[in-house]
Amino acid sequence: MSTVRAGDALMNAVHAEWTKLRTLPGTGWLLLAVIALTAAVSAIAANAVTCPAAGCRLDPAKVSLTGVDLGQAIVAIVAVTAVAGEYSTGMIRLTLAATPRRWRVLAAKAATVGTATLAAGAVAVLASVLAGAVLLPRHGIGPAHGYLALSLGSGPVLRAAAGSVLYLALIALLSLGVAAAVRDSAVAIGVVLALLYLFPIITSAVGSQTWQRHLDQISPMTAGLYIQATTNLRALPLTPWQGLGVLAAWATAAMLAGGLLLRFRDA
Amino acid sequence: MSVTAPYRSEQRAGRDGFAQLLRAEWTKFRTVRGWVIGTLVAVLLIVLLGVFTGSGSQCSIADVTPQNPNPPIQACPPPPVGPGGEWVSDSSYFVHQPLDGNGSVTVRVTSLTGLYSTHGAMAPGPNPTAGMTPGVQPWSKAGIIIKASTAQGSAYAAMMVTGSHGVRMQWNFTHDVAGLAGKVSAASPRWLRLTRSGGSVSGYDSADGTHWTHVGTATLAGLPSVTQAGLFAASPDYSVTTTSLGGGSGTGGPSLATSAFDHVSRQGTWPAGRWTGDAMSGARLGSAEQFRETDGRFTVSGSGDIAPVVGGSDVGVGQTIERTLAGTFAALIAVVVIGVMFITAEYRRGMIRTTLTASPRRGRVLAAKALVISAVAFLAGLIAVAITIPVGEHLLRENGNPIFPVSVLTMARIVAGTAALLAVAAVLALAVGTLLRRSAGAVTAVIAGIVLPYLLAIIPGVLPTGAEEWLVRLTPAAAFAIQQSTPRYAQVTAAYTPSNGYFPLSPWAGFGVLCAWAALALILAVVLLRRRDA
Repeated sequence: MSTVRAGDALMNAVHAEWTKLRTLPGTGWLLLAVIALTAAVSAIAANAVTCPAAGCRLDPAKVSLTGVDLGQAIVAIVAVTAVAGEYSTGMIRLTLAATPRRWRVLAAKAATVGTATLAAGAVAVLASVLAGAVLLPRHGIGPAHGYLALSLGSGPVLRAAAGSVLYLALIALLSLGVAAAVRDSAVAIGVVLALLYLFPIITSAVGSQTWQRHLDQISPMTAGLYIQATTNLRALPLTPWQGLGVLAAWATAAMLAGGLLLRFRDA
Repeated sequence: MSVTAPYRSEQRAGRDGFAQLLRAEWTKFRTVRGWVIGTLVAVLLIVLLGVFTGSGSQCSIADVTPQNPNPPIQACPPPPVGPGGEWVSDSSYFVHQPLDGNGSVTVRVTSLTGLYSTHGAMAPGPNPTAGMTPGVQPWSKAGIIIKASTAQGSAYAAMMVTGSHGVRMQWNFTHDVAGLAGKVSAASPRWLRLTRSGGSVSGYDSADGTHWTHVGTATLAGLPSVTQAGLFAASPDYSVTTTSLGGGSGTGGPSLATSAFDHVSRQGTWPAGRWTGDAMSGARLGSAEQFRETDGRFTVSGSGDIAPVVGGSDVGVGQTIERTLAGTFAALIAVVVIGVMFITAEYRRGMIRTTLTASPRRGRVLAAKALVISAVAFLAGLIAVAITIPVGEHLLRENGNPIFPVSVLTMARIVAGTAALLAVAAVLALAVGTLLRRSAGAVTAVIAGIVLPYLLAIIPGVLPTGAEEWLVRLTPAAAFAIQQSTPRYAQVTAAYTPSNGYFPLSPWAGFGVLCAWAALALILAVVLLRRRDA
C-alpha cells in the first residue's frame, strides 16, 4: 500500500477539480460570458460618456472598467455552481469519498476556480481598458484633454487593471465560501449578489454622511472597487489597496465559514 | 367462455380544475420550509432596513451666534406649505397694496435683467451684489400677482414674464400655463393683466396693450375678500451640478431679477392708495431687493422663487418617504431566489414529471405557479411596507428630518405599488427559471436585470445622466418609479436624476416596463415548457 505525500494529494485534488470544471460544458460558456459582458458593458459606458468643454471630473480608468460590475455576477455563477452543483447532483458524496480531507477539497476548488477567474478576468479587463483607451478620447476624456492616458505603462492604470482582475478572483473565493456554507446554488447566488449590490443602495438611502462613509468602508463591492480609482484618491474613505483588503477580508471570512461548515456537517 | 371486465377504480375521478392546480401549487409552496422562511426574511429585511435608514438620517440646525456659542440643537424646519399641501418656496420682492373685492391690475413690462452668484451666498455689506455676474435665469420671473395675503404659502395667481420661457400664468405654486413666447425688451414689451372675479382670477397678455389674449383662469379656494395685489420679481438660485466619483458637487448661489414696469393701471377698490414693498421670507441680497417708483414707472428687484420645492439629496431640504423603503431591494433579491426555486427545484428533484403527469396542460401549471408566487410576494410586500412606512417616518421625524408631504393617493400607490413590484418580479423570476432551468443563472439574470441597472443609475460619477436615464427607462429597474413620491415640475429647474429620486418615466409607466418584461418572459416560458421534454 503506497502512501501519498500531502503535496501530491493536494495536486491530485486540484487535478480532479480541474477535470470537473473543464468538462462541464457550462464553465467555458460562462467564462466567455465574463469576458464578453465585462468588455461590452465597459465599452458601452465609455461610449456613453459625454464631457462638456469645461471638463467633467470623471475617472477614465473607472469608467473603462464599469463592466466589472456585471462581470462579477457571472464569476459568482461559476464559483457557486462549482460547489452547489455538486450538492444538487449528489456528486459531492463521491468527491468527499475520494478526498476525505474536506479542507483540501475546498482549497483545490479555490485554486481551480480562482485560476480560471484570473485568466478570464485578465482578458476581460484588458479588453475593457483597450476599449476605454480607444473610445474615451473621442468623447473628450483623453490625454489631449488633460486626463490620464489609459495605458498599462502608467502606475495607477496598471494598479486599477491588475486590481480589477484580483477583485474578480476575490469575488470567486467569496462565492465559493458562501456556496459551501448554504449548499444551494439559488440561495448562494442570492446571498452573494445581495452582499455586493445592497450596500451601495442602502448607503444612498442613508442621510448621514458619517454612516455613509462607514457603510462604504465595509461594503465588499464599493470598497473593493476603490482599486479602480485613479483620480481624487483623497476623497475616498480608504486607499485603493485597503479597499481591496476589505473584499479580501469578506472572502476570507466566507471561505472560513464555508470550510468549517463543510468540515463539520454531513454532506 | 368468461369475459373479464376491465378494471375500473371504485374511486370517483378527481377533479383537475384550475382551483385544484392552485391548491397543489400552494401546498408545494407552504410545505417547503426554506421558502416560507425566505418570505419571512424578505418581510424582515424591508422592515429592518427601513429602521436602519430612518435611524441613519439626522438633520439638525444650531443657530450659533457670538452671544450664544452653544445653542440648543433643533430639528430642521420644514418649508412652508402651499394651498395644495405641497412644500413651497414663497420668496420674492412683492410691491403690494390691498384690493377689496373684485378688480383688476394691468401693467406693461419693458425689461427683465438679472445678476447671479457663482460662488455661494453673498456677504452682507453696503453692496450686496458685488462680484455677481450679469445674466438672467431661465425661470427668473417678474410681473403682477393677486395673493390671498402676504403669509408664506398663501393662495395666489400671477401673470409674469420669464427669463427664457416667455409669458406665463402661474397660480398656487404648481399650476403653469404658457402665454406669449419670446423675451421681453423695450422694443417688444409685454402687457399683462389680472382680473379678480369672486373666487377666480383670469390672466391676459398682450403685445400692444389693445389686443388681449386670455391665458388662463385660476379658481382659488378660500380667497378672502381683501387680497394683496401688485408687482413682484423673483429669481431662483443659479446652480451647476458636476457629478464625480464620490458624489455630486454643486456650485452656484443666489440670483437677482430686475424688471421695469410702466402703464400701471388699477380697477376696483384699492383702499390704501399707496404701494408697500416687502422681501417675502427675508431679503437674502439685503438692500439689493427693492423697488423704485418715479412718475408711474416702477423698477422692482427680487430674489428667490415662487414655486414648489423639489426633492433630492442635492437640495438638502427634508427626506422623501421612499427613502425608508431601501429594503425593497433586499426583499426583491429574496423574492427572486424563491421565485426561481419554485420551478427549478421541480427540475432538480424530478418533481416536474409528477406535476406534468397530474396536469398535462403545461401552460396552466405555469399560470397556477405564477398566481401562487405573486400572491405570496404581494402579501409579504404589503405587510412589510405597511409596517415600515409609519415606523420609518416616525424615526426620520425623531431625527429632525422634515418629510415631503404625500397625498393619501400617492401613499396608497407607493404601498400597493411596492407590493406589486415584488409580485411581478417573482413572476419574472419564475418565468426566467422555467426558461433556463438552472438556479444560479436564472437568479443572476433577474437580479442583474433589475438591481444592477438601478445601482449603476444612482451611483454618481459612473455614467452620464443620459445613460442613467435610459437604464431606468428600458430595464425592469424602471419599476422603482412606483416609489417616487415627489413629482417633477416643468417650471422648476433641478437635477431630476435617478440618484435624486426622479425617474424618467411616470410611476405606472415604469411599473408597466417591468410588467412587459415579465409578460414576455412568461410567454416564452409557456412556449418552451410546452415544446421541451421535462
